[in-house]
Amino acid sequence: MGRWSHSQLSMDEGHVTHGGTVTLSNALCSHSQTEMATTEVERRRGQLAALSIAAVVIIVGVPLWWRTTETYRAWLPVSQIKEFATLQLLLSVDVEVVFSRGTVSPEQQKKVPMTQTQDEEHRVDENTALKYRYEIRYRTATIMEEDALKQPTASDADLSLHALSENPCGSLVVYVIPESSSLLSEDVDVYIGQKRTAILRLGAQMRVGRTLEQLLAHLEPRIKKILHMMSFSHTDITAALSDRVRLAPGNRENIVDSMRAFKSSPGYEITFSLLNPDPKSHRLHWDIESAVETYVQPLLTKLAPIANFSIDSQTLYYAMLGVNPRFDISRSSYTLNAESLAHVINPVEARLGSNAASSNPVLNFLLYVPDALHSPLHILDRKKQAVHSNAFHSPRWGGIMVYNVNDVYGPEAVLPVDININMAKVMGVFLAQLRLLLGVQSSSPPPGFVVASCSSTGLADWELDRLMWSRSVENVATATTTITSLAQLLDQIGNIVINDNIAEQVSSAVTSLQLAVAELEAGNLGFALQYSKEAILASERAFFDPSLLHLLYFPDDQKFAIYIPLFLPMCVPILLSLIKIASDARQKRREKQAKKD
Amino acid sequence: MAAHRCGFLPPLFILCALSVLTVTWTQETIPLGSHRAAAADSKPTDTKSVAQTTEQLAVEQRQWEATEVEEATSAAAAVSKQDNSSPEDVVQTSTPKPKDEFQEELVVRPLHSGDIYASFQFRTLWQTDFTRERKVSHYGLFPKSLGQVISKFSVRELHISFTQGYWRTMQWGQPFLSSPPGAELWVWFQDTVTDVDGTWKELANVLSGIFCASLNFIDSTNTVQPTASFKPLGIGNVTDHRFLRYATLPREIVCTENLTPWKKLLPCGTKAGLAVLLKSEKLFHSSFYSQAVHIRPVCQDWQCKTASWELRQTLNVVFDLHNSGQGKREWSLFKMFSRTLTEACPLASTSKIYIDVTDNPEGEQFELSPATALLSQAVVLGDRRTFSVYDLTQQITFGTVRSLNVLMRWKSSEGDMLRPLLHAERYVAGYGLQTGEIHTLMYNNHPYRSFPVLLLDSVPWYLRMYIHTLTVTSKGKDNKPSYIHYQPSKDRVRPHLLEMLVQLPPNSVTEVTVEFERALLKWTEYTPDPNHGFYVGSSVISSLVPSLVALDTNSTWQRPLFSTFFPCKEESSYFVRVYTEPLLVNLPTPDFSMPYNVICLTCTVVAVGYGSLYNLLTRTFQIEEPSPGLAKRP
Repeated sequence: MGRWSHSQLSMDEGHVTHGGTVTLSNALCSHSQTEMATTEVERRRGQLAALSIAAVVIIVGVPLWWRTTETYRAWLPVSQIKEFATLQLLLSVDVEVVFSRGTVSPEQQKKVPMTQTQDEEHRVDENTALKYRYEIRYRTATIMEEDALKQPTASDADLSLHALSENPCGSLVVYVIPESSSLLSEDVDVYIGQKRTAILRLGAQMRVGRTLEQLLAHLEPRIKKILHMMSFSHTDITAALSDRVRLAPGNRENIVDSMRAFKSSPGYEITFSLLNPDPKSHRLHWDIESAVETYVQPLLTKLAPIANFSIDSQTLYYAMLGVNPRFDISRSSYTLNAESLAHVINPVEARLGSNAASSNPVLNFLLYVPDALHSPLHILDRKKQAVHSNAFHSPRWGGIMVYNVNDVYGPEAVLPVDININMAKVMGVFLAQLRLLLGVQSSSPPPGFVVASCSSTGLADWELDRLMWSRSVENVATATTTITSLAQLLDQIGNIVINDNIAEQVSSAVTSLQLAVAELEAGNLGFALQYSKEAILASERAFFDPSLLHLLYFPDDQKFAIYIPLFLPMCVPILLSLIKIASDARQKRREKQAKKD
Repeated sequence: MAAHRCGFLPPLFILCALSVLTVTWTQETIPLGSHRAAAADSKPTDTKSVAQTTEQLAVEQRQWEATEVEEATSAAAAVSKQDNSSPEDVVQTSTPKPKDEFQEELVVRPLHSGDIYASFQFRTLWQTDFTRERKVSHYGLFPKSLGQVISKFSVRELHISFTQGYWRTMQWGQPFLSSPPGAELWVWFQDTVTDVDGTWKELANVLSGIFCASLNFIDSTNTVQPTASFKPLGIGNVTDHRFLRYATLPREIVCTENLTPWKKLLPCGTKAGLAVLLKSEKLFHSSFYSQAVHIRPVCQDWQCKTASWELRQTLNVVFDLHNSGQGKREWSLFKMFSRTLTEACPLASTSKIYIDVTDNPEGEQFELSPATALLSQAVVLGDRRTFSVYDLTQQITFGTVRSLNVLMRWKSSEGDMLRPLLHAERYVAGYGLQTGEIHTLMYNNHPYRSFPVLLLDSVPWYLRMYIHTLTVTSKGKDNKPSYIHYQPSKDRVRPHLLEMLVQLPPNSVTEVTVEFERALLKWTEYTPDPNHGFYVGSSVISSLVPSLVALDTNSTWQRPLFSTFFPCKEESSYFVRVYTEPLLVNLPTPDFSMPYNVICLTCTVVAVGYGSLYNLLTRTFQIEEPSPGLAKRP
């Protein structure tokens, strides 16, 4: 370049034109052939220079700028996440059907099929399908089991059967007893035990002249019924899928049921609060410590596989309800209407205090002792009838019980009165509410079924299984929606930074989800719940990670605005010379064409 | 309910007569037994429960539902009847020993400037075995939110204060409990905590939520670990300063949103007792306002066999003579708080108002009405003071009008104040935006005794202190500190920490100076209003000041609350903590539109250079031949 300009400058005597580009008319340069050749060379060189600068800018400059200003996005398992958009859940239950003596004849015994698999398919919506697989194994009772079934009552038989074997979580054993057995009373067909066993009596029509096929065909609908009662029913599972699937308005009942219980969460905080709006008249004592120990703790210990629970209690003074109760002369008591219950809690809740130490959902149980001037206080239902428990609960929030103490002391009593609260009565109500809010469903059994009164834990094993089935499905549904919507969001908004730890969380959520689905298929309920919990934790952590928000508010247009003062003056000459070259080339081609003609 | 079904007998039922027991037992199982039991029952019950569920569904659309524990009216009625007759529900004759204790008091001290100082103290004692690790926790008077914080973060002691305004020691004397302007937080953790810094950060965030304050700005750049200045105030012999964290936010502005959660911690709220006086529109219309929460373990009795948590909530406020008092030296509860008192908090074991009448023994300075015969003497801050006491738990205090409005009317405004023995101030000297000098002045006003003080200075990293320029002089002579702990700062990581033990000679001023250089910050590190300046937290001066009267070192049980905060180990001296003013330092501040200007300018320069280069490279140059036509013309 230097050499060239030197030679140019040494040549010229007049002034150097700097203006117009190299369009030389023939007339101008006609006087010298050599000079024309030099200009032509120069022209080509200029074009080459422009082209190479453009090439450098496009090949090196643009990628460099792109790479240095791009946001960091770690790799996500997108294809695996996309698979979750259509969820195919297979739930399989192991059922063991045990024939006791007198139900099958010895010849039939030999012909009894070892196992039988029944599949039931449901399509919930276009993206979600459910498949239930019942793996039924048949066998005859052992001698020990026969002995156990000879007990006088069903509950005794149930107890001695438990002593014989331990069934894994999620499986069921159905003992079939002959119609003549005295174990169950006349009108009872099915007895559901405390653990994972049920006793089924053959119907009267099965007594004589039946074939094995008839027997099995007779048993099948009854076993299905037991299964729906003891492990899961289709309505439960669809309710658990409510996060994923929009339920049809016809399923109103399910929605109400599923909305009452708390969402699945790895932990819950249970808070018992004693509200004493009138400490001047009432000095309340509640032995919450031992009450929790005796009534609530056994249930929660049993529920430990589902979630972690922590319990605390507090006493709040001068805590008023949000509604002034009305005095009802006919009842000679103050009343709260069902309509006004919605307004009761708001002022109290401000004082309940959120849990500072964790972010788990809080279940509030309030015991309200009305002040002396507003006693007794009764809650009326929508038919204006007094609610006997004097308690109500709010879905996904907790429960309130009103505890009247005005009849404990007479008008001549010296204020403040010391009052001990009957915790058995209170805890009965709170436990019922707790079961409802946790989703331990107490759907009424079909006719002919008898449910064993449960053991000291307050929760039968099969009830726990039922809860675990629906919780696993709910967790899987929630985690899949979280992960897919996160992937969708990240896909849509390009300048969100995806750090490695988020990618890691997403990957672990995906792995856990796959494992959970696989375990559900294999019928390992305990592992399925465990993995689904891990999946939900990892997916929520990824979804709510604060680092996702960092660059969200630094959009592309601002980036371009900053660089425009650089880009504009750089790109305009390049573009212009490129256009020039193109038009020159076109003109040359046209000239060539003309020459040819 | 479940427990009932399973056949557990609550111990209280054993008390009942056997017949009553059987009756109630069968009856109670019915309402609690839910549907399953009902299914075995007769049909009417069954239909009833169905009807109830449908009805319940209707209610549920409004989000509320009656709990369906009830099934049979008669059973429920029987249960309630039984309740009335059973012994455990009946009014108790003997009061059980209260587990928790609550005390409240208000001290009013007229100040010599004509202003008035009101100091509230609320003390909640929580008798619990806090060394035991348990998941279940039950709270009575103690607030649950703070209890959860203590147990989750394994806190041994927690002290937090929010202050608006600066306490003028020379005009007002010593406060009962001093605090620096802004927010201050210091915490001793249990020695079981392994990651103290992580716990501290999390704790600050949680407290920030509880008190609606910007404590979440506490991070490693403003946290220090003092070695000597902050000792645990409760029982316990852990003095390893690895478990101590101290931070101040001098910029914090304190207002109503901090007072509301503080009031919520009181068992009576603002519904009864002294707390009804806490109206925010009056409290924040004052010269000085400070609220604090102190949690520490204390002895339950004088033998100190068992410990309990003590929560002290203090609120100090100084009302200005001209601003709140309209220039008239006449103060009443109503004038200060626009409220009068009608009752004590029913949960409080003591509820008292103390009026400092030391300067008014014969009533020659001001007149107090209603008059009270109750007088109390207490040694506060090394001085024996006399107080008129109003006991709110006595009905007679409220008189016939059923309302107490203590009124002080001045007759003369003579008398002068005893100068506080220890006093300190601080300022920044120097000019320009490059270097400066911090001066800390400590006054010992004691006529003949010298005493040692501990000075703690925590300076942010952007003031680079030159510790070799540190000088301590008193009475024109070099005063060599007997103990110096200095931790240099790290940029953007931790602040400077300087602690010194200095002996203050009698009747003298001791000056501590240190030079510093102002650092240039990155442009994102500036606050939204950088030209306002940057705050440097107050220095803390802790000292054992010789007392004028002998102190009572043993029982602190019956003494008023305001005199029992700092543990007192010697008879001859008392502990006092003095805070200096926070500093406001200007840092070199750039023009914040600069980055964009720089980008534009650079781009233009680059574009011009690039344009000429481009032209040079791509264009051809040629000699303009003089046109032949022109040449031929002449």
